[in-house]
Formats: sequence, structure tokens, C-alpha cells
Amino acid sequence: MRPAPDTGGTLPAPDRGRPGLGPTAPGTPPGPETGPESGGVKRAAPGTRPPRRPSDGLGRAIARLVAWRAAFAAPLLLAVTAGMFALAKASPFDPVRQYLGDRAVVTDPVVAERIRANWGLDRPVLEQYATWLGNLLRGDLGDSRSLHLPVGQVIAERLPWTLLATSAAIVLMLAGSLVAGTVAARRRGSLLDRLITGGALANEAAPVFWLGLLAISVFSVRLGWLPAGGLTDAASATVEFGDLAAHMVLPVTVLAVSQSSWLVLYVRESVVGVLREDFVTGARARGLRERTVLVRHALRSALLPFLTLLGARIPELVTGAILVETVFSWPGVASASVQAALAVDFPLLAALTLLGTLAVVGGNLLADIAYTIADPRVRTLGVG
Amino acid sequence: MRLARRLAALFVTSGLLAGACSAPSAGPAAPSDGTFVIGLGSEFDTLSPVMGYAPDGGSLIYEGLMSRGTDLSLTPAVAAAPPTVSADGLTVSFTLRDGLRFHDGRPVTGADVEYTYEAVLDGANNSPIRGDYAAIEKVDAPDPRTVVFTLAHPYAPLAQRATLGIVPAGDPLTGDRPVGSGPYRFVSRTPGDKIVLEANRDYRTGPPALARLVLAFAEDDNVRATRMSAGEFDAAILPPKAAARFEGQPGVTVHKVPSADYRGIMFPLGRPVTGDRTVRRALGLAVDRQAMVDVVLAGAGAPAFGPVSPDTTWHNPAVTGAPAGDPEAARRLLQEGGWIPGEDGVRVKDGVRAAFTLMYPAGDSLRKELALAVASDARAIGVDVRLAGLDWDAIEPRMSTDALIMGYGSPYDPDYVNYELFHSSYARRGFFNPGGYDDPEVDRLLETGRRSGDPAVRRQAYLDFQKIVHDEEVWTYLVFLKHVYVVRGAYEGVRPGVDAHEHATGGLFRDIHTWKPAA
Repeated sequence: MRPAPDTGGTLPAPDRGRPGLGPTAPGTPPGPETGPESGGVKRAAPGTRPPRRPSDGLGRAIARLVAWRAAFAAPLLLAVTAGMFALAKASPFDPVRQYLGDRAVVTDPVVAERIRANWGLDRPVLEQYATWLGNLLRGDLGDSRSLHLPVGQVIAERLPWTLLATSAAIVLMLAGSLVAGTVAARRRGSLLDRLITGGALANEAAPVFWLGLLAISVFSVRLGWLPAGGLTDAASATVEFGDLAAHMVLPVTVLAVSQSSWLVLYVRESVVGVLREDFVTGARARGLRERTVLVRHALRSALLPFLTLLGARIPELVTGAILVETVFSWPGVASASVQAALAVDFPLLAALTLLGTLAVVGGNLLADIAYTIADPRVRTLGVG
Repeated sequence: MRLARRLAALFVTSGLLAGACSAPSAGPAAPSDGTFVIGLGSEFDTLSPVMGYAPDGGSLIYEGLMSRGTDLSLTPAVAAAPPTVSADGLTVSFTLRDGLRFHDGRPVTGADVEYTYEAVLDGANNSPIRGDYAAIEKVDAPDPRTVVFTLAHPYAPLAQRATLGIVPAGDPLTGDRPVGSGPYRFVSRTPGDKIVLEANRDYRTGPPALARLVLAFAEDDNVRATRMSAGEFDAAILPPKAAARFEGQPGVTVHKVPSADYRGIMFPLGRPVTGDRTVRRALGLAVDRQAMVDVVLAGAGAPAFGPVSPDTTWHNPAVTGAPAGDPEAARRLLQEGGWIPGEDGVRVKDGVRAAFTLMYPAGDSLRKELALAVASDARAIGVDVRLAGLDWDAIEPRMSTDALIMGYGSPYDPDYVNYELFHSSYARRGFFNPGGYDDPEVDRLLETGRRSGDPAVRRQAYLDFQKIVHDEEVWTYLVFLKHVYVVRGAYEGVRPGVDAHEHATGGLFRDIHTWKPAA
């Protein structure tokens, strides 16, 4: 019954716990796994328990899902940190020189060597990695070399700003995409539809940082309506709501717009598909108002794949946040990761990469849980 | 890259300001609520003096045992009087001012001073400035008002080093909640954006007139200039070209403050061409330093002939030359030295072409332009200078074989950096003396200057030292930079001095707590 939108074939769908594929592995076959006939689901859930009623299965299904994902996350995080460690080692930048900054050329070589030894940079690579991993397991993230603060503190100070900006962007992106996609589907083929579809395609091709610079150029420099960056005005000592809101407009809008193209196109295709379904024809035949048909019947039904899609978009949201925070001098964790990478600040970079990976895994998990709750077929047939 | 960016930001030069010539009717002048916003180019790595925040004073939040006036003279701050030094020069004692308190109300005691210096000296703390305090063997606080430094060897500049800000004993070294005893107390910090300070009403010389300071960071020079002209900043550090638009604006003053911050050519002395004193001296004669100041620095600079700034009392007036260069004399010198022009115009001696490679950090446009100017001046006297713009990580291993455009310079004490740059014990180690300069007489003079307790003996040692490195042309010095500051509004008490290489709040804003809006 679920529509198979034309764009569905190109969209990654979350993996349902098959070993060997990361939750966000590109090229994961879409479609089958989200339907009742999924072969992958059977492999993931080889249990032979008797069928249950849907309501009994919900808690168990979610628990299974979480357990599978958690089991996956451990080796995934290990692989990600090992890869990043190898890249940091291969970096041409010397962490000690970056740490010393301007003072690198006036620092006694003896002092620089002592710092290198204190950080264990003179130890074999595997030993350095093992040490870092051991500290991590004990909950010690280490100290950021570039910011001269404990990594935990850096994240605690910056994460709220990132969460604020990205969650506002997600809300805006969802609302905007739903409206634009539905309108385009309803007026399929009209000038408006072409405008929305064409705009979405063009937007998909535009790099995020370019959009950000364009927005600054137009709204801050030329028109002077909005501040170009930062959290608050330079002269303000405290964070006040109005000031903060003004500074949020551009970064949040740019982030939302840059991530919305796929969603707009997806919603449009979904709704277009659902509008052809029998039950919509039936609803119309019963004389329901067009608006009711569109919102209560068509859109609702078209929303299920939307949830899946949202989970799969988290990695791009993370990437987008990095660029947007950098362009708009937003003091969040994403801009800190750029700084950490340039300074070869391994402790901070490692923690932020872990955080990003967890965001992706967690985002997918949430999307799948939402899907499990929303679609009884997944619950009963897929995991039960 | 951060390093490269910041080195580029260093040539941001600067100036000053304040007493504006007209009423503050033009543009927003000092805000009535007393908030004064300073636009700075690079963010502080840390706010902990132990980890290298403003050890030479000017931190605003902290105060050291001694503080430095704009004329570079030392006055007691946390200390009650200048230190007493034992006859052998190995024991230096300070008596602390009575009744001094940190911003949080704790008294400033000898234990705090001891904690601060010992934290710097503890190798486990990774303090980047530890090498500057290597002469100190131990610090003791026999009672709350006395601090005794025991030195490994006599070290005359110790009082100059005592500008290091004192932190309360036991405070963490992260500097994220900085507590000091200086004229401003810390309010908040938004990483990557700004730091807010407010006047310390209990400051020992009275509360500062500017009640609230905001140090805003904007790395891009043009962004800083734009925000300055939009009235968002009350003062900013700008490069000379970006500051040009403020010249002559009513209510705004542009000040160009001399500095000891020089740029020059560091030669690899063990190589056939750059190891020949005749070639180095000819190059020193040939370069047109005045053109570099006028064109590359847009006028914000001065020709340099030695490592000591002519604006300080340590300068040897005999170390000088023709600002516009003397290519004819340079050619004569080469000719007499046996360097004869070859077919391609490049001179040759004993089959060796007068050619060498000159490196510069690729991200630093000032050094790049200076290198280009050097190459063109050298060409005119038959010396072939090939340029190589490289990253620091590529430059370091090549410093003993290729020349490099380098910058150092401190106005405080001639021992600073010069000892490391010219003493043979640092030969071929790190960035200091990669060319391997080794002259027993210079070693002796530098040691005398470092150890002697007699100012007249020190002065003579450094005068002789400057003469030798000038005659030997160990470096070819090119220019001293001027730092350009732009200030909006009229203030009393703005006194430009001589800046050091590092000058964020250590330059013109060093004593901003004494500024007062003009009536």
C-alpha cells in the first residue's frame, strides 16, 4: 500500500541491523527493508517466537533495535577513531608548533621536546592510540591543546549552541519542506511546482558555505538587516533573547535551506504518489474537502518514508553545521572541530569525531524507532 | 595553518589614539554606558599567564611583581619596591605590597607568587614560556610578604621577566575563570568571539574610568576595518593599508606606534655564498629599505640595520646605513672581493655563482613582499636570489642550508632573544641560530650582558655586540614595523610607547585603565 516514490530508488534508507553495513553506509539498498517483505529484516531477527499482537511487540521491538544498534556502534566507533588517528598522524602539521603558536620561533628546543614527550608524541603510534583509548574508557577525554581547556569542558560549553542552531534548523527544514513539497504536489505541473522543484534542484547543487557567504553578502553587507556572525553583538556582555534571535536567523535559515532540497522533492513525490491511491480517490468520492484529503489522508500517508529519510540525512546535517558554524562564527562544537583539525588538536578532534558519529548512529536509531511506532507492520513482521 | 595565519596577522601594525580633534558628534563616540569595544585580530590562546598570556604585561586582568610604563621603565606593582639583588647576583628578593587583593577578595601573598612561577617552571605543565624563566632555580616565600628567587646563574633581566601576571595559589592553569589583581576583572568569554571585562573598583590606583571593556576578535583585517567604521568598535588594531581610510576622519585618530618588531634575512653561514661576509655585506648595502617602508608597509615602518630598535636606549647609533641603499658601493665591494660578473650577469667567484635560495612562510604576505624586494635589489648587484614560499614544517629542516625571512624583536631587554639568536650554544638548534653563528667574542659579550649587575657594563656589552653583528652582517636587517591603532572619540591619557612583536593588549592598550574620556 505504501507508495514507492520515483525518487525512492536514489535515497539511502536506514539499515535494519544487518552486520557488515554501517547504519549510514551509502548504497544501502532502499525499499525492501522498510516494507513487510524485507529479507534483511528476517536475517536481523532470526527469532522463532510465536507471533504477537502488535501492542505487545512495541517495547520489545524497540529494545531489540537499540541493542542491535549499540552492538554495532562499538566496532564502528573503534574503526572511526582508529582511522582518524591514522589521518592525524599523517598530517604534515606539527602539533607542538601549532600549540606554541606565535611563540614557536622563540621557544627553546628543549622546552618543545619536553612538551612532545609529555604528550607521548615520541611514543610508537599504536601505544599512543592504546593510551588514548584507555583514557577514554575511564572517561578521561584529555585536554584540548589548541584551546588549553579540558575537552569535556569545551564540549559542554559549545554543544548547547550547536544543538540550539541545528534543532531550530531541523524544525524549519521540516516545516518548510512539508509545506513546499505539498504545495508543489497539489499544483503539480504548475509554474509554482516548477519553481519549487527547480529551486530545490539548484539548491542541492549549491555548496553550503557559498549559500552562507551569499546570505551574508545580501542580508548583512548590502541590506544591513541582520548581523553577519557571532552569537551576540560585540558590545553586549550577556546573551539576550532578542539579540541572540537576530544572530540566529541567518545561520539557521542557511542550514535549513541547504538541507531541505531532498526533503522537498521527496515530499512532493510522496504526495503525488499517494494522491493517485485508491483511498484518496475514495476519500474524494465521499465528498471530503480537498484540504482534508490532502492533509489528513495523503500527507499523513506520505510521511512514513519521510521519517526514514530524516534519519539518513543526519550526516549531511552534521557536515552542514560545520560549514555554517564556521562561516557565521557560531561558537558551537562544529566550528571547534575545524579549529581542532587545523591545529592537529588530537584530543579535541577525537572527541568531536566520536560525538559526530554518535549523532549519526543516534539519529538513525531515533528515526527507526519513530518508524517502528508509526508503522505497525515493521513491528509485527519486521522485528517480532 | 593557524600559525601561518597568525604570523600574517602580526604585521598588522598599528597605532593609536585618542585625542580626537573634534567633538564626538561625528559617529558614535564612547558609549554613554562606559562600554569600550576593542577589535583585535587574533584571539588569545589562553587567559592564564602561566600558559603564556601576556607575560610581558598589558594583560589588564593580571598584575606582575613589576609593571612597565610606556617609556619601558619598570615600576613596582604587586611588589612594593624594586627587587634587591645579592652581591653574587644569585638571589633576588621582592617585598610585596601590603593589602593587595585578588578580584575575588583573597589577599595577594608570597605563596601566590611562588605558585605562579613554579607552575611555569614545572615541565609537566607544558608552559610555552618556560624557557624564558630557565635562569630561576627555585622560588621561596618565607613569609606572606617576601618572595626570594634563587637563580642558577646571575640573570640581569630578571626584573624585566617579573611582569608575569600573578595568579592565586591553587587556581587551575586553564585560565577559563581568570582571577588576578589587575585593573579589570573578568566577566565572560565567548570563544572565537569576545572577552568582556569590567573595571576593578578596588584597583590599587583607583577604579579605571572606562567601566567595561569588550575585547572582540575578528581575524580578517577588512572585517575589522568595516566593523570599526560601522561604529561597532571604539578602537581597533589594523594593518596600515586598512587603517588608511580613517586618516583625517573627524573624531577618529590613527596612531602609528614604533615597535622593536623587525624583519630581516637569516643567513645559513656554513654555505659557500651566504657564508661569505663580502656577499652578505654587499646585500646589506644594496637593499632599498626606504622603498620597503614606503611601499610594502605603506609608510608604517622604519629601516632596520640591527636587532635593537633605535627607539630604545640600548641602541648603538653607530649601527646605521643608507635607508635607500647604495648599490654602487655594493658592486664595488663584490668586485674587490673577487666576485666577477658572469655571462648571465650573475657574479662568480672560483666557479661558484653568487646565488642562494631565500625562503619565506607562504601564508605571510608581508614577508613575501619583502622577499620579492630583496630579490630584485640583489639582482641589480649581480646576486641571484631564488625565492621559496614554504610552510613552517618545510622551512625548519632547510634553515641550515637556505636563507629565511625571519622576524623577532623585543624592546624590553637586549638579552631577550638576542642571546639565543647569536650565542654559539644555540647553534643549529631549532629556530634560534640555524645558521650556526659562532663567535667567542659575541658569546662573551652576551654572557656579560646577561650576568652583570652593573647597567653601565651591560650597556657597553650590548653596544659592542651590535657593532660586531653589524660588521659581520650576520643577518641583513630590513625593517622595523609600526603598529597601527585606530581609536574613536577623545581620551586623555593615551600614551604610545614602543611595542613588542606581540601587542594585542600589550601595546597602546597596555594602560587603558588610565584613559579618561576628554571633557
